[in-house]
Amino acid sequence: MSFFDDRGSDASAIAASIQRQEVSATRILTAVIAAIDADDADLNCFTTRLTDTARAEAAAIDRAQAENQILGDLAGVPFAVKDLFDISGIPTLAGSKINRENPPATTDATAVARLRQAGAVLVGALNMDEYAYGFTTENHHYGATRNPRDRDRIAGGSSGGSAAAVAAGLVPLALGTDTNGSVRVPAALCGIFGLKPTYGRISRAGVTLFASSFDHVGLFARSVRDTALAFDLLQGADPRDPVCTTRVPEPTRPPLAPDIAGLRIATAAGYFQQGGQPEVFQAVQTVASALGATQTVTIPEAARARAAAYLITASEGSSQHLARLQTRPQDFDPATRDRFLAGALIPAPWYVRAQRFRRWYRDRLRDIFQTCDILLAPTTPWPATLIGQESITIDGNEILIRPNLGRFTQPLSFVGLPIISVPLHRPGHLPLGVQLIAAPYQEAKLLRVAAYLEQQGVVSVAAA
Amino acid sequence: MMSESQFSPSDYLDAAAPLLQLPIPPEARPGVIANLERLNEIAQLVLEYPLPESTDPAPVFEP
Repeated sequence: MSFFDDRGSDASAIAASIQRQEVSATRILTAVIAAIDADDADLNCFTTRLTDTARAEAAAIDRAQAENQILGDLAGVPFAVKDLFDISGIPTLAGSKINRENPPATTDATAVARLRQAGAVLVGALNMDEYAYGFTTENHHYGATRNPRDRDRIAGGSSGGSAAAVAAGLVPLALGTDTNGSVRVPAALCGIFGLKPTYGRISRAGVTLFASSFDHVGLFARSVRDTALAFDLLQGADPRDPVCTTRVPEPTRPPLAPDIAGLRIATAAGYFQQGGQPEVFQAVQTVASALGATQTVTIPEAARARAAAYLITASEGSSQHLARLQTRPQDFDPATRDRFLAGALIPAPWYVRAQRFRRWYRDRLRDIFQTCDILLAPTTPWPATLIGQESITIDGNEILIRPNLGRFTQPLSFVGLPIISVPLHRPGHLPLGVQLIAAPYQEAKLLRVAAYLEQQGVVSVAAA
Repeated sequence: MMSESQFSPSDYLDAAAPLLQLPIPPEARPGVIANLERLNEIAQLVLEYPLPESTDPAPVFEP
């Protein structure tokens, strides 16, 4: 038995064990392949598996180990990526039927390449909403991804396969993207850590774009130390992505001291305390109490921010796919098709107005972070709902699930703030996430607070 | 700015879709119309908010 057979290990533990030669990369990979074989027919996380190349990569790590070469920080750690990251040698599907006709990618996406350079072993590509336009990963072409915590329920989306694969312990680490909440929502519903760094902090080169104004690369992990490790490896300028920052990378490790001394932490009030089930607000209160946070801050015009994000997303997304909408609308997922078609008809002044509002709103958030370091807010308005369920009752009103799952995430990614969704420790209940939100480029503060909450046992990932 | 009472999403769809060379499959038409109605409601939230004329759009292009 490998220690990985319990599927509870994080990437750091696996990497350390391989470094110490307690276990081989091949042995770890064999356990991962067996786990995927056993569970993925039901969970439906993977759209493509790369078993042969993964075996070759793991064997190469073991040879390097035998030759006493210096191994990378993630040497032998299996990982998988949302199926919109280019993987050299296979077509990038982006959850669509149409893209099956694309030629294989010739180069890895930068984020994939950076993890592979650190020795991580890519085992496959993961299910998602078509072209990332959704929050549920109920994909018409590839089926729904099931939530490992309750398989009758959605995993969330659009990076649902990524979140479910990590929550189920099929891989300890996965990449996703977040435009309006597509990392944070599934991380919360599946009960794992989900980091969406500052807009432009991680290269999107080789990623199928959805709405470029908001598209972020993010990651899923089972521990705060893994989140920090992967984030540090992924940081860095990239001339292939015009949005990627040229700021010098700021490593968050070491030390990742679980220390919150001196940090000004407040709960987002108003909009962020309405429109959800009571338990999500209780979850925020639990985290606030653990952090000794008694202050509240009201973010002005959050509802308008969400509206503006919706317009920009629909307009940019439809523009991105216009040629396909013109020539083969029948090949889209019906769940995305009607929104894309309508979005293509948005008048330009609406779009520009939304982009002007975005600058105004960004300045309000900058003001708030002059007097505050970390804001707290729910990640989703409710826990995972049943697959196929369309509506939910909130405050006595029946509302649609799909357009409203992003209520608390959308007004924040709108201005590119770094956010980690942390999984509340709630044995016997469906998972819930709380967003820790910081000023741009302050990921290190987020990870310090998350590490403190993890150390205190307030947040944790349940055993797979 | 069109008020909601004047706005006919089906008329707008019929007028604007050909401009964009967008065929609307019959099975998609009700959903597209519903989405146009929703977009119009959402847009009003953004359009009605008074912004200083000096506010630039958010994206910045560096030549």
